[in-house]
Amino acid sequence: MTSVLEIKDLHVSVETEQGTKQILRGVDLVIRQGEIHAVMGPNGSGKSTLAHTIAGHPRYTVDSGEILLDGEDVLEMSVDERARAGLFLAMQYPVEIPGVTNSNFLRTAKTAIDGEAPSIRTWVKDVKQAMENLRMDSSFAERNVNEGFSGGEKKRNEILQLELLKPKFAVLDETDSGLDVDALKIVSEGVNRAKENTGLGLLLITHYTRILRYIKPDFVHVFVNGKVAEQGGPELADRLEEEGYDRYLVGA
Amino acid sequence: MAQTAAQHGITAHTEGAWDATPIQTRSERFTSAEVADFAEVSGLESVWKFTPVKELQDLFNSELDGSRDNISVDASAGVKVAWVPVATSNRGVAGLPEERGAANAWSRAEEVLEAHITGENQTLTLSRSALDKLPRAAHTVITAAPHASGIIVLRNTGDAQLSENVEIVLGDGADLTVVSVQQWSNDAKHLSSHYASVGRDASLKHIVVSLGGAIVRVNPSIHLNAEGGSIDALGAYFSTSGQHIEQQVYIDHDAPHTRSRVTYKGALRGEGARSVWIGDVLIRQSATGTDSYEQNRNLVLSDGTRADSIPNLEIETGDIAGAGHASATGRFDDEQLFYLMARGITEEEARRLVVRGFLLEVINQIGDDSLEDELRVAIEEAIESDLSNS
Repeated sequence: MTSVLEIKDLHVSVETEQGTKQILRGVDLVIRQGEIHAVMGPNGSGKSTLAHTIAGHPRYTVDSGEILLDGEDVLEMSVDERARAGLFLAMQYPVEIPGVTNSNFLRTAKTAIDGEAPSIRTWVKDVKQAMENLRMDSSFAERNVNEGFSGGEKKRNEILQLELLKPKFAVLDETDSGLDVDALKIVSEGVNRAKENTGLGLLLITHYTRILRYIKPDFVHVFVNGKVAEQGGPELADRLEEEGYDRYLVGA
Repeated sequence: MAQTAAQHGITAHTEGAWDATPIQTRSERFTSAEVADFAEVSGLESVWKFTPVKELQDLFNSELDGSRDNISVDASAGVKVAWVPVATSNRGVAGLPEERGAANAWSRAEEVLEAHITGENQTLTLSRSALDKLPRAAHTVITAAPHASGIIVLRNTGDAQLSENVEIVLGDGADLTVVSVQQWSNDAKHLSSHYASVGRDASLKHIVVSLGGAIVRVNPSIHLNAEGGSIDALGAYFSTSGQHIEQQVYIDHDAPHTRSRVTYKGALRGEGARSVWIGDVLIRQSATGTDSYEQNRNLVLSDGTRADSIPNLEIETGDIAGAGHASATGRFDDEQLFYLMARGITEEEARRLVVRGFLLEVINQIGDDSLEDELRVAIEEAIESDLSNS
């Protein structure tokens, strides 16, 4: 069965010092396993809010609407339950966890997702291979999670988790930001490899069209002011590259 | 209308000279080996003001049992260990008491356990596990010959009501790691003053790991009194309901090109869990080119806890390579929890990972694999037993 992630008329707000601020104002999206959806839009349009809301970040309040994974109510699930149900968020700003080695973290996460510890021999081999593919030095296994990693290394570490945890759906929150061309290629290869190996569905959130040269979207959605303003195929991304977001912002 | 200071409630407290010099430099603090030289402890003294002194009166005032205590010794070939009567011992080589608890132990101890280390990669473990609840005194002197190296572990378990002095002397070029591990029973009381003297180009790593005991106070005073001396003072503690864990760390830079790094990390959980960290760093006029940094971090895991964290830095010379301090006490970082849970890890497991990681950051710096493993297990056990009780 092909899994499907449905977002229906989603309204989301956050508490700020100035009071409650509505950010998402009725978002509808349907993503099937194996599809790549790009969500593009100017800063402040609500792209990252969508990513965090899908993952269940406590800062965001869902005022109305639904998120369903194969018909199951995702909004009823805790953050960890969502991950175990097959959702993955590659973070824009991965946090550092002092004193916890990457290898311990990866094994703990894998055990949690699968419901059982991975067989040691294949696991060690899988981690090693995945790190090699992402051109990560083997020393990253014994370093503390994201501690002292450069921006590019943190993003690779996110994709390493994506490849090892094998979710049904992954949201990549501006994974391309702050990467140079070489790192962008390596990270994109990793995402494409994960899709090839597991057939996952992808929601690729980005400000720039650059990453879409390496990861080809099936659908492009333009986010403006907390809603999808326009959607289409990959040709929409080409148009955005030439014209930018200006035409959506006129009169907004 | 004339009013006296007393009418305003302003009175000098017991340490005196309050109106003349409100701030006392650490170097001028009174020291003595005689308990009678110290007034009875009221709890207002700066060295005692965070400590539950009422519960320590026996250790301050009673005739402590100063006979040989029940300590087991495990030493490698280059370590000579002997009990020596105080009269013929070499005690006093690294420092003298600055308060009554330590002075009472000094005055009452009858024998000193002396350990002398020669050669490289030596090991010595001194374990106390069979003390009783009667108040007692102990004195230990550890000396490392020039260029000697090794690891000393002071391991404390079981019951105790103990005040002790531990002196550590490093000869020139010596390289010593001293670890004091407190895993006492729930109602144990332990006052421990460590005095270290670090020789020329010698390097001391001093680690305090306090997990068990009702009142555990380990105060290391490190004197860098020869050129090029170096100290890494590390600490990890976990204070749970009803526990008081304290450490007052004093680093005395008294020679050129000395180096100090102080890192203490603690976690607290449960009603009445207390911790105190006071870090005094003194860089004297003689200590040109000194490089120093001290930090204390506390992770607060529940309501009802209190962590006092007080860094003090006194600098008497303009010519230093670096001096800094940091102190932070906070709750769980929600972003860390979110990150771990977004990878499928349950909240409970995520909290455990964060606390463990927070404390192990200190343990991981010890530099001895088997000791690190053992302390990792000890910290994991402390976290587990706390979680299962909560």
